[in-house]
Amino acid sequence: MSRLQHFLYGSRDSIPMIVGILPFGLIYGALASLAGLSLGQALGMSLLVYAGSAQFIAISLLTLGSGAVVILLTTLVVNLRHVLYSAALQPYVGPLAQRWRVPLAFGLTDETFAVVQRRYLARGMAEHGQWYHAGVALALYVSWVSSSLVGALFGQSVPNLAGWGLDFAMLATFIGIVVPALRSQPQIAAALVAGAVALLCHGWPYKLGLMAAALSGIAIGVLLERRKIPVVAGEAG
Amino acid sequence: MDIWLLILGMALITFAIRYSLFAFPTLRFPPLVRQGLHYVPTAVLSAIVLPGMLIPDGQQWAFNLHNDYLLAGVATIAIAALTRHLLATIGGGLLVFFVLRGLLGQLPL
Repeated sequence: MSRLQHFLYGSRDSIPMIVGILPFGLIYGALASLAGLSLGQALGMSLLVYAGSAQFIAISLLTLGSGAVVILLTTLVVNLRHVLYSAALQPYVGPLAQRWRVPLAFGLTDETFAVVQRRYLARGMAEHGQWYHAGVALALYVSWVSSSLVGALFGQSVPNLAGWGLDFAMLATFIGIVVPALRSQPQIAAALVAGAVALLCHGWPYKLGLMAAALSGIAIGVLLERRKIPVVAGEAG
Repeated sequence: MDIWLLILGMALITFAIRYSLFAFPTLRFPPLVRQGLHYVPTAVLSAIVLPGMLIPDGQQWAFNLHNDYLLAGVATIAIAALTRHLLATIGGGLLVFFVLRGLLGQLPL
């Protein structure tokens, strides 16, 4: 099958994620214009940064009057989880030419990762894996940027759009990704421990609790998996 | 503050993080690390979802029946567990959320 076809499959498989991204982009755009960003700036952040939760937090920090250093540091910590995504996809994307790695890295969001990881695990790089990946990345990027634009344009004309709670769309999306993966004890334990640590550490500065929670969840998952099947713990490879 | 400089800084930081391990094409991880990577999505996203449900404003715990993020979150988890269908989960979850907000009178209409 052709490259274009796999590119289109990637875009098609992104549709559920788009349903979650559109409301979140709308609320981001509305909040950005309420925070005093110009239309160009609100759109520019989505075009150049392209990181929903970090943008959302940056806008709330701007509204609170935080300085640039605090916002940049928070961006760093909130997005550190993408190092883990980069590592998980490295066996597939790493060997590609630079002209692939740069745009695929730029588009590596939670949603893109969730869609392409499933495909890579099932089929590896076979059948134009990178074109499928590009189809996912582009569809989600266009959805984010265009919904941000609509939110920034009309956010102020719809009364109190910020109060609608459209940010719930991100939670629904993440629940849709996580819950079907909870098929083994170690996965369930990883989710519970990560969630509990995140709740306990949510007061930590710069969202550092998020990273602590993620690492705790991963550690407990690996620990339980190794205890359960000690014989294959050192799998070949 | 110059917003454009801030945007540029955020863009550079975000890209550097996402590109980090793509910069080393020949790198191979030890088995322990590869095993750990299987838990990345579960751990990371759970660490975002649970506080999002129980501390929706990022400040105050809201462990009560007026918290529509919590109620709709539980319903969304149930939909996900029963259907294992992503579109049904996201679409259904959002629907439950907005119906609840309407019933609780929390939609600013």
